[in-house]
Amino acid sequence: MKFNTIKLMAIAVLVSITAYNCSNDDDNNGPDGPDFSGTYAQEDQMGRPAVNTVFVSAGTKDMFNTTAPSAQGAAFQSMFQANLQALSPAYANPGDQNALGLDAATFTTVLATDVLGVSLDGTTTFFDGTNVLTGRALADDVITVELLLIFGGEDFSENPGLSDDHVDANDKAFLSTFPYLATPW
Amino acid sequence: MKNFKPILGISLLLVAGLCVIAADHIDAPAVTGGTSDITDFYAFQGENPDNVVFVANVQGLLSPANTANASFDENLMIEFNIDTNGDAVEDLVIQAVPKNKKMFFFGPFAPDQTGTVSTVEPKNFGGSSNVKITPFGSEAIVHTSDLGMKFFAGPRDDPFFFDFAQFTAILSGNAGSFNDPGMDTFAGTNVLSVVVEVPKSMIGGSGSVNTWVETKRKQ
Repeated sequence: MKFNTIKLMAIAVLVSITAYNCSNDDDNNGPDGPDFSGTYAQEDQMGRPAVNTVFVSAGTKDMFNTTAPSAQGAAFQSMFQANLQALSPAYANPGDQNALGLDAATFTTVLATDVLGVSLDGTTTFFDGTNVLTGRALADDVITVELLLIFGGEDFSENPGLSDDHVDANDKAFLSTFPYLATPW
Repeated sequence: MKNFKPILGISLLLVAGLCVIAADHIDAPAVTGGTSDITDFYAFQGENPDNVVFVANVQGLLSPANTANASFDENLMIEFNIDTNGDAVEDLVIQAVPKNKKMFFFGPFAPDQTGTVSTVEPKNFGGSSNVKITPFGSEAIVHTSDLGMKFFAGPRDDPFFFDFAQFTAILSGNAGSFNDPGMDTFAGTNVLSVVVEVPKSMIGGSGSVNTWVETKRKQ
């Protein structure tokens, strides 16, 4: 065989191997797959539960949702603090803190950047009495935690009628295996 | 805390502008009732402790009768964002885009562009996975990738629970406190869920990361 013929045969073999691999790779979306072109612009954003709903004023909620988290603190912390102090006036008293030891300014500084911290080293929970903001599990009673941090004072004892909605669990049991959420009703 | 007049404060602040409170359900005018409305975001250690699970729920308050007709929006990307160095800027993303009754997943990968505008970067097509969207009434369809990621997309029970009705009554001055026991306003309702389980080694390995979810519409 001439050298060129060998080269052509080698190319043909390579092409056939490549084509074979493509056709058998279910995870590959080549040029024949769906169209994912174009740019996508943000409409909603969420880190921690209920943040936009509780702490952002009515006319600003869309703006909050379309702001990158890295820009939220500077743009919205003062609004968060004003709304927290209107919601729970005790926070306006100098030195007043919640059970995490955070006063109005530091608490709202944490909240205004709406991201959820997640530990990669162990327990993941919104709050379980020991761990704080190491994730959010399905069964976490996040609303009561937030009501306690807003209304419950330094030791969770204040405003008991407002700091627990007494709905402590979901209406369907979660699964211990993937996908974890309960089947639909 | 010394002041004991929170109810007046609540009323002044919220009654005028706040119709519904929830985790993030119908949180803002532009998304309420639409396909991009995020209802909840969860992040927790998986059944396998080497993995982390991300859950994004959209389109909340679906009645069982309406759930079969609800569908993911093919012009909408659901993007999980992961910040590994504490600056609240995403270092990694996992993107989910529905096409042809399947949910396609890209990542985790470091995006060329961070922030409020994203693209599905063609360089990530090769590493993508997809799972058939589970129809209402069917067993959950799960795809496991060669890298050990798991994927689900479809309707589920809304895992959120809250006595919103009583909270509304408190805000409007018709009640002074919650009831014991309370009543879960979200009982019996469904959401559309995207669930991704990812090995911790793919998102930083150890320590702590910041996470959040975004919905982004094709322009």
